[in-house]
Amino acid sequence: MYDDEELLPISALQHLAFCPRQCALLHVEGLWAENRLTVQGKQLHDQAHEPGTESRCDLRIARGLRLRSLRLGLAGQCDVVEFHRVPDNCSDQGVHLEGLSGLWQPFPVEYKRGKPKSDDCDLVQLCAQALCLEEMLGVILQRGAMYYGQPRRRLEVDFDEALRSRVEQLAMQLRQMLTDGITPEPVKSPRCRGCSMSDQCLPATTGRSHRASRYVQSILDTALKEEDPPI
Amino acid sequence: MKRLLNTLYITTPGTYLARENETVVVRHEGEVKLRVPVRGLCGIVCFGRVGCSPQLMGLCAQNGIAISFLSSYGRYWARVQGPVSGNVLLRREQYRRADHPEAAAEVTRDLLLGKVANARAVLQRAVRDHPQSPGTQQIAEAGERLRLVLKALAQPVSVDTARGYEGEAARAYFSAFDHLITAQKDEFHFSYRNRRPPLDRVNALLSFLYSLLVHDTAAALECVGLDPAVGFLHRDRPGRPGLALDLMEEQRSFVADRLVLSLINRWQVRPEGFEVTETGAVQMDDATRKVVLTAYQSRKQEEIEHPFLGEKIPVGLISHVQAMLLARYLRGDLDAYPPFLWK
Repeated sequence: MYDDEELLPISALQHLAFCPRQCALLHVEGLWAENRLTVQGKQLHDQAHEPGTESRCDLRIARGLRLRSLRLGLAGQCDVVEFHRVPDNCSDQGVHLEGLSGLWQPFPVEYKRGKPKSDDCDLVQLCAQALCLEEMLGVILQRGAMYYGQPRRRLEVDFDEALRSRVEQLAMQLRQMLTDGITPEPVKSPRCRGCSMSDQCLPATTGRSHRASRYVQSILDTALKEEDPPI
Repeated sequence: MKRLLNTLYITTPGTYLARENETVVVRHEGEVKLRVPVRGLCGIVCFGRVGCSPQLMGLCAQNGIAISFLSSYGRYWARVQGPVSGNVLLRREQYRRADHPEAAAEVTRDLLLGKVANARAVLQRAVRDHPQSPGTQQIAEAGERLRLVLKALAQPVSVDTARGYEGEAARAYFSAFDHLITAQKDEFHFSYRNRRPPLDRVNALLSFLYSLLVHDTAAALECVGLDPAVGFLHRDRPGRPGLALDLMEEQRSFVADRLVLSLINRWQVRPEGFEVTETGAVQMDDATRKVVLTAYQSRKQEEIEHPFLGEKIPVGLISHVQAMLLARYLRGDLDAYPPFLWK
């Protein structure tokens, strides 16, 4: 069990799932770069995080809930948690909510401006939120949803064993990375194009494949070869 | 690449800067002269008697905008900067290397290579462009001395030896500098480098541009999370931005000196624009300072190809790119520090 002082942000887990180097640049090195995508994302999140709740007959919507898991050592915030009313005999799936009768099952929803991604980093983030909710509320969550702005569509996500263990494994890897404080080498990939950190990362010019010492040597070689114009 | 944002230079004495929502309001004698949204700024540089509200300092700090206060001569006084950004581990590595003789010698060598090669390029360019000018021989001789310094730097050298070479290179370069001035020679002559105070017009121009470049370089270092105060080539001295001065070395001749030369050679600055005081100290008047600032700003917009990145970047981003490459080197992503080279 971790102390609340030691909790790491869930967003870092998502960064790690996307690219270990991006995660290290942000969370080990503390670099942050805004680009168009991050600014738009922030606006979308600000709307979703407007704290507060609303209730309809079988649905209660909470925004901007703060979450943590002392077991995984993670903390974060959920865009939206929907609470769906469940039958009174399903006590392992539902919780009591203050001021409401009956049992309610939590259902986290995460908002993203873009398209569904080919990697699992969004799912990891959502599942980490679910694991936090489970620990805080003492229930099992079956599913949640990702809402993508392009197209405006909701995708349901099953919190199956594979995804849960992926989250747990990443949480350990994240802790290790932040403890060691070592930024991994860059790996150039098509993902680099949309990455807000690529200017700081310089995937094409840093890393073992690109030798700066050769460049330095070439400065010397040029100077040694040529001579100034004869006087 | 990071957008080349604007630096706001305040040169009129008695100006006061204040915050209004997300905007910098520039007032003079109770009158609003200018409103600038902070979003478009990367720095504010105040010369001489300029005031600034704490609220504005806070706003700028939050947005990563450095506010520098310089004397009206351009001498650095102070800087207001938000919380130190970036990585404590990176800064520790910077300090470790600065304390480690061999590691420090390696970076120092690479920084110097950039400085000497670029200084030499400025001289060579002059020889090529004006082969018939009277000073060509001295310029070529100085270029040859710089080449010998580069040659000496091919061997590993200690930091102290490197400092010796740096002095030698600077002497050689400045010994030819007067010959690079091709117009207004009676009023703009250069015999040796002097700073505090500058004793001639050329030194006044050089010092002023160097102080602008220090501001920009220090800000770039802060942005990547390095400590501008702890250098390799420049020894630590309280209040001196050692690393900013280090990183500036490779840019001095290319960014600042060439600008000084073209301002004089193209008659953009005139001798009447300088005041000579009783002590012999020379300073620019407000109009000249404005001319220099404008020229510096447009110089920063010009694009050049960065030989290591192989990318076109504006001149104003050289310090940002170099700061980043230095951080990458200290972090271990690069096996050497690749200095900026003017080709």
